[in-house]
Amino acid sequence: MTWTTALATAGEETGTGGALLWIALPYLALTVFVLGHVWRYRYDKFGWTTRSSQLYENRLLRIGSPLFHFGILVVLLGHIGGLLIPKSWTEAAGISEHAYHVTAVALGTIAGIATLGGMTILIYRRRTVGPVFSATTRNDKAMYFALAAAITLGLAATVAANVLDDGYDYRETISPWFRSVFYLQPDPALMADAPLLFQLHALSALLLFAVWPFTRLVHMLTAPVGYLTRPYIVYRSRDVQLGAHAPHRGWERTID
Amino acid sequence: MRVMAQMAMVMNLDKCIGCHTCSVTCKQAWTNRTGVEYVWFNNVETRPGQGYPRRYEDQERWRGGWELNRRGRLKLKAGGRFSKLITIFANPTLPALDDYYEPWTYDYRTLTNAPLQEHTPVARPKSLISGKDMKIGWSANWDDNLGGSSDHGDKDVVLQEVSEKIKLEFEQTFMFYLPRICEHCLNPSCAASCPSGAIYKRTEDGIVLVDQDRCRGWRMCVTGCPYKKVYFNHRTGKAEKCTFCFPRVEVGLPTVCAETCVGRLRYIGLVLYDADRVLQAAATPDETGLYEAQRRVFLDPHDADVIAAAEREGIPRDWIDAAQRSPIHSLINTYRVALPLHPEYRTLPMVWYIPPLSPVVDAVRDTGHDAEDHRNLFAAVDNLRIPVDYLAQLFTAGDPAPVDAVLRRLAAMRAYMRDINLGREPDPAIPQAVGMSEEEMYDMYRLLALAKYDERYVIPPAHAEQAHDLEELATECSLDYEGGPGMGGSGPFGEGSGGAAPIAVENYLALRDRQSSDTPAAPVDKGTRVNLLNWDGKGQPPGLFPPPGNGSDGTEGETRP
Repeated sequence: MTWTTALATAGEETGTGGALLWIALPYLALTVFVLGHVWRYRYDKFGWTTRSSQLYENRLLRIGSPLFHFGILVVLLGHIGGLLIPKSWTEAAGISEHAYHVTAVALGTIAGIATLGGMTILIYRRRTVGPVFSATTRNDKAMYFALAAAITLGLAATVAANVLDDGYDYRETISPWFRSVFYLQPDPALMADAPLLFQLHALSALLLFAVWPFTRLVHMLTAPVGYLTRPYIVYRSRDVQLGAHAPHRGWERTID
Repeated sequence: MRVMAQMAMVMNLDKCIGCHTCSVTCKQAWTNRTGVEYVWFNNVETRPGQGYPRRYEDQERWRGGWELNRRGRLKLKAGGRFSKLITIFANPTLPALDDYYEPWTYDYRTLTNAPLQEHTPVARPKSLISGKDMKIGWSANWDDNLGGSSDHGDKDVVLQEVSEKIKLEFEQTFMFYLPRICEHCLNPSCAASCPSGAIYKRTEDGIVLVDQDRCRGWRMCVTGCPYKKVYFNHRTGKAEKCTFCFPRVEVGLPTVCAETCVGRLRYIGLVLYDADRVLQAAATPDETGLYEAQRRVFLDPHDADVIAAAEREGIPRDWIDAAQRSPIHSLINTYRVALPLHPEYRTLPMVWYIPPLSPVVDAVRDTGHDAEDHRNLFAAVDNLRIPVDYLAQLFTAGDPAPVDAVLRRLAAMRAYMRDINLGREPDPAIPQAVGMSEEEMYDMYRLLALAKYDERYVIPPAHAEQAHDLEELATECSLDYEGGPGMGGSGPFGEGSGGAAPIAVENYLALRDRQSSDTPAAPVDKGTRVNLLNWDGKGQPPGLFPPPGNGSDGTEGETRP
């Protein structure tokens, strides 16, 4: 089955809009995510940094930043658990749907509130502390918008589903769809019936993935976990290639 | 035995007049850019004083360097790997900009643009961080020459270690300057603190560098360095530090700070050391033993075994020759007059200092006694406990004995040489009293007083066969690379993104930008401006005059910041 026929078939089932949203867009976003990172790493190693503003202001950052980052790490784990692990696996492990749901909602709400609270503090800080604001680029503002949209919609979807309704089992629809994207057999019909807030959350997440490589968020991909195992002092020889220019042929530096 | 070579520096504090030429030339060469306005790879501190950043020696607060754990093994004072990663989102002990100072410039334009008025216009200080008017309250050498020490002299961390009751007398009798650069330690705690592994020690010459392409701005190195000589560039989000001017050193030139030193007090040379003994020395249980322990890590470059081992490690012959002629080796191990700065931080620093004798000489002279007589000087070294104790807190973790010995050697040299200079018979008893031969004493005098450029700086260039690749060498045009010298400025991801430019180009562009801009933030009409300081008086560069046909008050041509 070629891509065009896949899109065409899907279009017949869910409408052209559904096919574009739940087949074309995910692949586009993921492609941009992967290739964007590759390109950024090759082109802009020097710009690959957290661009920390702790030097300017510490009082708010000390609270907001850990709150946000630890929150979002738990959220990330939650998404891995919810999206990547099929329901049948957890049930095979003896975890009932109810137990899963209660744990997920409890942990997710706490982590979500921590993330949102931390992000609110950080955005407030960014706007009100003069030096921090003047170090904020347009790129940063766009990134904050995409990030805030994804987080707010995600939390809103969870809260709406559990408070206004009696819960929504996304592991029947969204999770299989998410996995189907990676099986290369995307099934947009699964997403068509999901509640609107969940749909919007998924779309905002796709947007976030697409802009990710071009923002300061890239620092996440170089989280320094290697620090736990490497020797304390790094010894390095002078680089084979010094400076930014490649030596001419025949003039390469040789290491004896 | 694993022989490694280390480029090192010794500074003779007796000769430092506190002129800050080293700081200024270093700044001009390396940190004359936005984002590093507050950064001084080289700074000169008046002692007693707080230093830069303020009270950086207070490791109970800043948690720099190493300490021993209960089992007697080295651990980072700010916490090990796991606690570093846990606190990575907000470093709990990062100095704030207030601990350095808020950099500023002046609104010079007011001086030339202000309309005719009764009062002389004033150039007001503008913050380089916020761009707003500010009140200057501190800087990198605010307490220069003990300025304001009646107000905050008691904040000197070292002074607090010395007994409280002698403090006042101390301030009246004793002041000296302490120029500081990165120590390029044998056991660098900044490198150990870096989560990304971006800070490394070069195997060839031991220079500690930050790989700008690998630094992710986690800021742990700033905390890790007890000397606070790693700085955070707040514009690029990367750590920067003294590079020991490696592009110069690689071609045999001394660092900028040493080259421009007015007092010629800096010595640069190689030291061979045994890398296998570094950790053992750094873990010496008794802090006062660290000076001797570090000295024992150094190897005698004349020893045949050491030479053989060095050759096995691939250290080239000319480097071994240079290590044999090294003034650093002579000052540290032969004459034993150089001492490390704060060995108690356990990083095994490699910029050493010859402590100043002049406070002692001054004190003797003020009493009316002969300040050149070795007996008077010896007695003064023994009796003037205050300067000696202070120096010991700086250089030997509080043990006065090595400081005593150095000062006596310097005093003996002074007395011995006076006899020679006055044409009298030199007294062999004087060198003997400090355990030196007459010849040694004269050689030490020669090195400390007369040594010429090539004796003070014994810097073997990097391998000749690799010379073509060295960054600053003129065998090919250093601007000859993709993008050309027109590169630089801001890429799509903020300042300096899009690959590193060769250092020569970077400096050229930075200097040009700095000289052609005179507002704290980048002015919108920068392209049309001209800096009169760079105008050679010929022709009429665009922007020299505001565009014609503007309003009557003459300020329309300018853009307000």
